[in-house]
Amino acid sequence: MARYITRRVAYSFLSLFLLSLTIFLFVRVTGDPTTLLVEPGASQADIDAMRERFGLDRSLWVQYASFVRSLVHGDFGQSFYYRTPVLELYLSRLPNSLLLALAAMAFSLLIGVPSGILAAVRVGRFWDRAGKVFSLLGLSLPSFWVGLVLILFFSVYLEWLPSSGSGTALHLLMPAFALGWYFAAAHMRLTRSSMLEVLGSDYIKLARLKGLPESLVIAKHAFKNALIPVLTLAGINLVIMINVAVVVETVFAWPGIGRLLYEGITFRDFPVVQAVVLLGGAMIVIVNLLIDILYAVIDPRIRLEA
Amino acid sequence: MSTRALLELQNLSTHYVSAKGRRVVRAVEDVSLRVAAGETLGIVGESGSGKSTLALSILRLLPPAARIPSGRMLFEGEDLLQKSDAEMRRVRGKRIAMILQDPMASLNPLFTIGDQVAEPIRVHEGATRASAWARARDLLKAVRIPSPQARLSQHPHEMSGGMRQRIVGAIGISCEPRLLIADEPTTSLDLTIQAQYLNLLRELQRAHGLALIFITHNLGIVAKMCDQLAVMYAGRVVEQGPVRQIFKAPAHPYTRALLSSIPRMSDGRQRLTAIDGQPPDLSALPPGCAFAPRCPSAFDACRAAEPPEIAGVANSRVRCWLAAPDAGRGKAGNGAL
Ligand SMILES: Nc1ncnc2c1ncn2[C@@H]1O[C@H](COP(=O)(O)OP(=O)(O)OP(=O)(O)O)[C@@H](O)[C@H]1O
Ligand code: SF4
Ligand SMILES: [Mg+2]
Repeated sequence: MARYITRRVAYSFLSLFLLSLTIFLFVRVTGDPTTLLVEPGASQADIDAMRERFGLDRSLWVQYASFVRSLVHGDFGQSFYYRTPVLELYLSRLPNSLLLALAAMAFSLLIGVPSGILAAVRVGRFWDRAGKVFSLLGLSLPSFWVGLVLILFFSVYLEWLPSSGSGTALHLLMPAFALGWYFAAAHMRLTRSSMLEVLGSDYIKLARLKGLPESLVIAKHAFKNALIPVLTLAGINLVIMINVAVVVETVFAWPGIGRLLYEGITFRDFPVVQAVVLLGGAMIVIVNLLIDILYAVIDPRIRLEA
Repeated sequence: MSTRALLELQNLSTHYVSAKGRRVVRAVEDVSLRVAAGETLGIVGESGSGKSTLALSILRLLPPAARIPSGRMLFEGEDLLQKSDAEMRRVRGKRIAMILQDPMASLNPLFTIGDQVAEPIRVHEGATRASAWARARDLLKAVRIPSPQARLSQHPHEMSGGMRQRIVGAIGISCEPRLLIADEPTTSLDLTIQAQYLNLLRELQRAHGLALIFITHNLGIVAKMCDQLAVMYAGRVVEQGPVRQIFKAPAHPYTRALLSSIPRMSDGRQRLTAIDGQPPDLSALPPGCAFAPRCPSAFDACRAAEPPEIAGVANSRVRCWLAAPDAGRGKAGNGAL
């Protein structure tokens, strides 16, 4: 067990290292940030001075080494654009991302779980087929498209909801819907298959053999069991939602870390982009690691195979 | 057949129909059986012969693909096939109980033993939680669970396999049903635990005067536990009657083959696999007798038409042309096993 965990942790560090290298090189391919940061018509000397200030005049490997050295000390550097520590920026935006992710999660579970259960209970019948269409749409329509349609309908046409910004619950509705849309479909599919599996189990058969009303069989005996994998997935998805909301946050001008990433890319604010990507990657790697360890604790076969 | 039947199946058939209706698996075909109050009927047959399907048909808890195209199922004089779903629910667990083939997987992992044992009592008798749990404790005691009070608040994973099996037995008798159907556990539990479990079933049966349908692969167990025996082959009951009669003079070639394979099952665990040949595909049965391809006594008549049930001695009945008064009599000698 200890060996298994050690190995998994080592892999996690390796993947984070590769991610840091990739993102470090990737942002530098996008171009020279100083051209966006200096005044228009600035002299070459001004540009050079700025390059030197940001350390961009050094060789790539020296830059990378100093980047990693700071990282080890928990320092993500200074934003080129805001001129403040990146970590502060990140942490100031994180609560907004969390709020959006929680709202999107609530929405996706509220839609996904009941419809998944309905589809499983009525398997092969009307509601199951309707659910299939819904989940196909959910998984294939891109969130920016959903976001734009929402804005057109609720903001431009009906004028009910603000099209962008934050601050009120009304601001939260459309971005949460746009972000949760895909996950609602994913949660529905998993709820359906998990419910179908539970419904075929012997303990459900025994519950029916006891003469329990079908409503009790579903609501008590099947529901709780079917929900376990869905909640596990929801936990992972929450972390993913925090980190993949770039498009939605941009469309709705929601001030979360997704929008921060977008701004970082537009301004070639390397430290910001590197920090957002790396911290997001770290979150996902840690969640995956925890789940792997959890499953290994539950199921000894995984340990043996590893 | 002097005693009034508690359960009487008349020409019952159960088929599994594929989604497009093309493939029809005749899992139970034209089965007629009687079980008297307090009596034990053993049902034997190789894997896939339709035993579990028959049991689930009686409780009308079949998978969605199943159909019951014909037959009657009289229980205490009422046809179960005519009952509404709500009426059937009042029969299940209350008047007819069933123990599934895999008692280990029959308990819900997320609820306490007390909750699960008390549940049918609460649903069928409207008992309060407290009195249902008190009854549950007595039931656990009756199935010899040590320190039953403490066990009530535990979860299934905290129990051994043998204990879980007995708890499922306790659930079966919780509402004092008239008929208990026990599908033999296929999970290979320890043989002593298995024997204890069978003894327990027998005790419960005597104590509560309930009728028992015991489904098994093991003729040794039938000899010990059952009064009546029904042998199933390819969805049909090919021979039935008092256990002693059938063991003494098996009339059907399949039964004879089963009985002659008993010594090879001396460790009590081997399955009925000692007969040459494959069981038939229940969706494409040959015309005539379904056993003909494997039958050492088969003759022309067997492949032409299906044998009817023919009455024999001591209330036994057999589906074999050899038992017909005229047809095949002369050939019977050739096919002696
Ligand atoms: N849901 C189903 N759909 C289609 N066919 C089925 C279904 N369930 C069972 N069958 C078929 O019906 C036949 C009888 O199955 P059944 O489970 O009743 O046999 P069994 O005698 O209980 O076997 P075992 O001794 O292995 O428990 C088998 O051929 C099986 O393949
Ligand atoms: S009817 Fe013919 S084939 Fe069938 S069991 Fe009897 S002798 Fe064998
Ligand atoms: Mg079976």
